[in-house]
Amino acid sequence: MDQPEFRFYKLSFLLPGLLGLLAVILFPLFFTVRVSLSGWSAVSPGLDFDGLANYRALVSDVRFWQSFERLAGMAVGTVLIQYILGFAMALLVWREIRYRRFFRVLFLVPMMTTPVIMSVIWRTILHESLGPANDFLGLFGLGPYPWLTDGSFAMASVMMVEVWQWTPFMFLLLLAGLISLPREPFLAAAIDGAGPVRTFFNVTFPLMAPVSIGAIIIRLIEASKIMDSVYVLTSGGPGTATETAGYYIYIRGLKDFEIGYAAALSVTYLVVMIVLLTVIAKLLVRTFVGRGT
Amino acid sequence: MMPRFYSALKYAAVLIWSAFVLAPFMWALTTSFKTANGVTGGPTYLPWIQYKPSLHGWESLFGGAGGIDIVQPYIDSIIVTVGASIISIVLGTLAAYGLSRFQYRAGFVKNSDIVFFFISQRIMPPIVLAIPFFLMLQFLGLLDTKTGLIIVYIALLLPIAVWIMVDFFDGVPRAVDEMAMLDGCTPFEAFFKVVLPNSLPGILVALMFCLIFGWNDFFFAFTLTFTDTQLLPVAIVALNSSVTPWWSLSASALISVAPLVLIAFFVERLLSRGTLAGAIR
Repeated sequence: MDQPEFRFYKLSFLLPGLLGLLAVILFPLFFTVRVSLSGWSAVSPGLDFDGLANYRALVSDVRFWQSFERLAGMAVGTVLIQYILGFAMALLVWREIRYRRFFRVLFLVPMMTTPVIMSVIWRTILHESLGPANDFLGLFGLGPYPWLTDGSFAMASVMMVEVWQWTPFMFLLLLAGLISLPREPFLAAAIDGAGPVRTFFNVTFPLMAPVSIGAIIIRLIEASKIMDSVYVLTSGGPGTATETAGYYIYIRGLKDFEIGYAAALSVTYLVVMIVLLTVIAKLLVRTFVGRGT
Repeated sequence: MMPRFYSALKYAAVLIWSAFVLAPFMWALTTSFKTANGVTGGPTYLPWIQYKPSLHGWESLFGGAGGIDIVQPYIDSIIVTVGASIISIVLGTLAAYGLSRFQYRAGFVKNSDIVFFFISQRIMPPIVLAIPFFLMLQFLGLLDTKTGLIIVYIALLLPIAVWIMVDFFDGVPRAVDEMAMLDGCTPFEAFFKVVLPNSLPGILVALMFCLIFGWNDFFFAFTLTFTDTQLLPVAIVALNSSVTPWWSLSASALISVAPLVLIAFFVERLLSRGTLAGAIR
């Protein structure tokens, strides 16, 4: 299908989408780089040229780098928990269990709901005196806990809401993988008399390695954009306890209106993100595939 | 004895997770029938027994006192989400078919690089795009309009559509379209008459994911629209202030997440039939 006379068709399939995306994405990207070299702020709006001043300032911006570490911790932490829980739930409703189709639907539901709206509901649940969370724990003589007003608790709350929201995505990808696995290796394991635990570690887990890598990478990419739940639940607080890199850029750019500085932060953020995600993807492939097959 | 024990453990785990998944919905449901008295007295769960139920929260959604009028945001959300999803699916399906069937080369750029370019847009943190989008829409006079949001959402959804459809078309044997072209079809005819009608499962999966991610976006709607256009998430979060009307909030939350919950049933059907495995990877 690559005859030269197909050139017209070839281009008319690809170009509308490609050019559309380029138009909407490339301008913002170049513009951000250009703005990051300016001193654009509420006091002096406009595209002047300030050289690398913003970049020099951000190198020593402790709050920015701390928000980065926090984001890394949150993203890796929540994705790991989501992977373990999502895999466990996928295994549980994969085979012999009653009402499994009902449970499959139920376990998918949270990922269909709007994160920011569910975060508002979670905020009422975690309300210290009027919410059911402390009421429930009170039954066991625990609490009341300052879910959103103490630094560590606020972090745990945000992570819990993220786990509630996105474990279903992990569950979906892993269950789809489990369902498409070939049957023969499991028959062989059964003939060898392997129990459920050995079957899992010797057969299921290695066979699921490629799906696992894909699912973890997709979730890491999405988790690095965590924003809505932080905005609603804690607004980055108390203090800066739950402030992620994206949220910090939002404050500097769209609240304090230091556009130039926020653009420099954005460019740095994007570069660090791409490098980190590439490294993580490589590492994951090496550990999983190296051990698995 | 042991298998019994294992199986009990299994059901316990499934039920505990189910309770966790359902908890916010149950809480929102009961809260939506409360009045101020039912909320400020501490957490209660059972209507009639613990508090006196009222339809106040639900009425406030349709112009009643102390809430928001949710009808207009609902319509706006549907227009923007469905509009952006359909355009993304059309552009994405065409591009994906091209990328799956033809060899493109421009300098060192090859097919795999173009596919990667599409997918890599998902890595872009929304905040990086927010400021330039704001200025771009302002320049075009599209700030605070549905058209402006649709343009922005296409940038978010097109990568998803391309990603899913490239994988899908790679799974459709080339012989299918080659046969059609031997019969004298042009590539367009082969695509529209033969390949497309058989691609409905893939398109549905792509459409569902576009709808989910479009409907659930908050950040861009929040930063790029203000008063003339207001999407559901923005309207609902605006209720979340120091004196939040929990009853209106809960009712509006339930009514806005309801349509997508139906998608869960649909995804499960595809999943259990094994259709999804191919489409996702």
